[in-house]
Amino acid sequence: MAEAAAFYILAALILGFGVLVVTAKSAVHSVLFLVADFLCVAALYVTLQAEFLAVIQVMVYAGGIVVLYLFVVMLVNLKRPPDAQRDPRRLGRLGAVLAVAVMVELAAILAVGWSRPEGEAGALGPSNVAQVGRALYTDYLIPFELASILLLVAMIGAILLARREM
Amino acid sequence: MPAWFSLNDLYYLLPELVLASGVLVLLVATALTPKRRQGWLSWLALGALAASAAAVLAVARPVPVDVARGLISVDAFAAFFKGIVLLAAALTVLLSVRYLDTEGARHGSYMFLVLCATLGMMFMASGTDLVVIFVGLETMAIAFYILAGLLKPDRRSNEAAVKYFLLGAFSLGILLYGISILYGMSGTTNLRALAEAVAARGRDPWLMLALILVAAGIGFKIAAVPFHMWAPDVYEGAPTPITAFLSVGSKAASFAMLLRIFLEGLPSLSGDWTILFYVLAVVTMTVGNIAALTQSNTKRMLAYSSIAHAGYLLIGVIAGTTRGVAAMLIYFVIYAFMQMGAFAVVVLLRRADVIGDELKDLGGLLARQPFAAVAMLVFMLSLGGIPPTAGFMGKFWLFSAAIDANYVWLAVIGVLNSAVSLYYYLRVVVFMFMKHEAAGSQPALSPALTTALVVTLAGTLVLGVYPRPLFELAELSARALGVVGVSATVF
Repeated sequence: MAEAAAFYILAALILGFGVLVVTAKSAVHSVLFLVADFLCVAALYVTLQAEFLAVIQVMVYAGGIVVLYLFVVMLVNLKRPPDAQRDPRRLGRLGAVLAVAVMVELAAILAVGWSRPEGEAGALGPSNVAQVGRALYTDYLIPFELASILLLVAMIGAILLARREM
Repeated sequence: MPAWFSLNDLYYLLPELVLASGVLVLLVATALTPKRRQGWLSWLALGALAASAAAVLAVARPVPVDVARGLISVDAFAAFFKGIVLLAAALTVLLSVRYLDTEGARHGSYMFLVLCATLGMMFMASGTDLVVIFVGLETMAIAFYILAGLLKPDRRSNEAAVKYFLLGAFSLGILLYGISILYGMSGTTNLRALAEAVAARGRDPWLMLALILVAAGIGFKIAAVPFHMWAPDVYEGAPTPITAFLSVGSKAASFAMLLRIFLEGLPSLSGDWTILFYVLAVVTMTVGNIAALTQSNTKRMLAYSSIAHAGYLLIGVIAGTTRGVAAMLIYFVIYAFMQMGAFAVVVLLRRADVIGDELKDLGGLLARQPFAAVAMLVFMLSLGGIPPTAGFMGKFWLFSAAIDANYVWLAVIGVLNSAVSLYYYLRVVVFMFMKHEAAGSQPALSPALTTALVVTLAGTLVLGVYPRPLFELAELSARALGVVGVSATVF
C-alpha cells in the first residue's frame, strides 16, 4: 500500500517536473527542473529496491550530465527572455512548488522507510551491485560490448563535428 | 544452454568480431596517416568488409545456432541480411573514394563510421533479444547522424544531420517506449520468450499500444508514410554515397529488425499488426510515388522512390508467409543493386565545378558518358519493374506472395503504383537521352566508380535473367526465421 502510494506520488512528481522542464522560460530553470526530475527517478529506483541504480542515477544523471547541460547553457549564452523577472510573485510561487515537492518527497521516503523492517537496505546494497554486474558481464555481455563501440562512435563523431577543418 | 560465455559463442560471432577488429585497426591507422595520404584507408575498409563476408560464409550452418545465451541467432536469415548489408557497405566504399576527394573530406574517419554503422546493422539482423537489436540500431543510427552532417561547409548537409538527429532521437524514444511496455507485460526481452508470454496473454490494450509504438518507431527507420518526413531532406543533404547506404543498408537492417520483432516475437498478434501494416503499405506506396512525380532533384526523387519501395516491401510482411519473407529477401538484394547503381551515377556527376544532383545535370549524359547513361537506363527500368531487369522479378515475387496469401487488392494497388512510378523513372531517361548537354566539365569515371557500376549493372541484369539461385537461397533463409536454434558447439 505504502509502496503504491510512493509510486504514484513519485510518478506524479516526475511527470510534473518533466512538464516544467519543457515549459520553463529560462534555460537554467529548465536544467534545474531536470535535476529534480532525475532525483525523483532515483527515488523511484529506491522503491523498486534497485539502490545501486538509484546511486548511479544521482551520480551520472543528476551529477555529471546536468553539469554538462549547465556548461552548454553557459557557453552558448542563451538570451534571457524579456520580462522573465518582472513578476515579483513568480519566484515565490516557484519556491512554493519546490517546497511542496520536497515535502512530498520526504513523506515518500519516510513512507517507504516505515513499510520495511530496519537493516534490510544494508543487506540489499552489495547484492544489488553484484546482480547488475553479473547481468552485464554474463547474460548481456554482447550488447554491453556493442555499447562500447556505440560510445566510441559517439565520441569520435563529437570530435569530428566540433573540429574546425573537415 | 552453456552456463558461461564460451569459445563457441566467439566462433559464431566471427563476422562481427572481424569487422570490429577492422574498425579498431582503421581507427589507429587513421590517427597515424596524414590527411593527404588517407586514400588507402578506403581499401582497408573494403578489406575488412570482405573478411567479414568471408566469415559470414564460414560460420553459416544449415541449422540455426543460438549464441550468447539466446541473445543472437546465427541462422540463414541473419546471414542473408548480413550479406546484403556488407554488399551495400562495400559499394558505398567504392562510391565514396573519389567523392571524398572532391569534397575535400578525410577518408579515415568517414570509413570508420561506415564500418561502425555496418556492425550495428549486423547485430540488428541477428539479434533475437530486444536489447541486442536496440543497441545495434542505436550504433547504426548514431553513425548515420554524424555521416549525414560530415560535409560541414555545406548548409544542406548540416540541415540533414540536425533533422535526422532530432527526428531519429524522437522515434527511438517511441520505439523504446514500446519495447519497455512489451518488457513490462512479459517480463522478458528475449523474442521467443516474448512470443510465448504474449500468446498466453492474448489481446490486451497495453499490448496494442506497444504494437503501435514499436511499429511507429520502426516505421521511421524504414521511412514509411506518415513517418517519412525526414527522408527527402536527409537524402538530399547527406553526402551522396551515404544517401545510397542509408536507403539500402539502413532500410534492409530495419526491415530485418521488423521481421524479427513481429514474426518471431509477436506472431500471436498477427491479425492486429497485419491491418496496421496494410494501411501503412498502401499509404506509403501511394504517397511516395505521387510525391516523386514532381521532384526536380535526383536525390530527392530517389528518396521518394525509396519511400515507395518501403511500401512494396511491407507487402511481404503483411503476407507473413515464408513465401512473403523470401520475396522480401529477394527484393532487397535486387534493390541493393539497382539503388546503389542509380546513386553511383549521381556520384559520377559530382565534379569539382558541379554539384550534379539536379535532374537537369543528367542532360545529354548519353553523349558525354555513354556507359553510365545506359547503366542508369537499366537501373531506372529495374526500379520501375520492367521485364528483362531484376526489378521485375522482385516485384513479381512480392505481388504473387500477396496474392498467394489472399491479399489480391494489395497486389493490385502495388501494380498500379508501379505504373505511376514509371513516369518519373522514365523522366530521368528523357533527360539523359533527349535533352541538351548540361553545363560543367566532362564527368569522368574512376576505377572504383567503374567497378561499382559494373557490379550493380551485372547484378541488375543477371538476376533478371537467371534468378533461380537467389530464389533458392532466399527460400532457405526465410524458412530459418523463427526456428528455435541449437546451442553452439564447435570446440
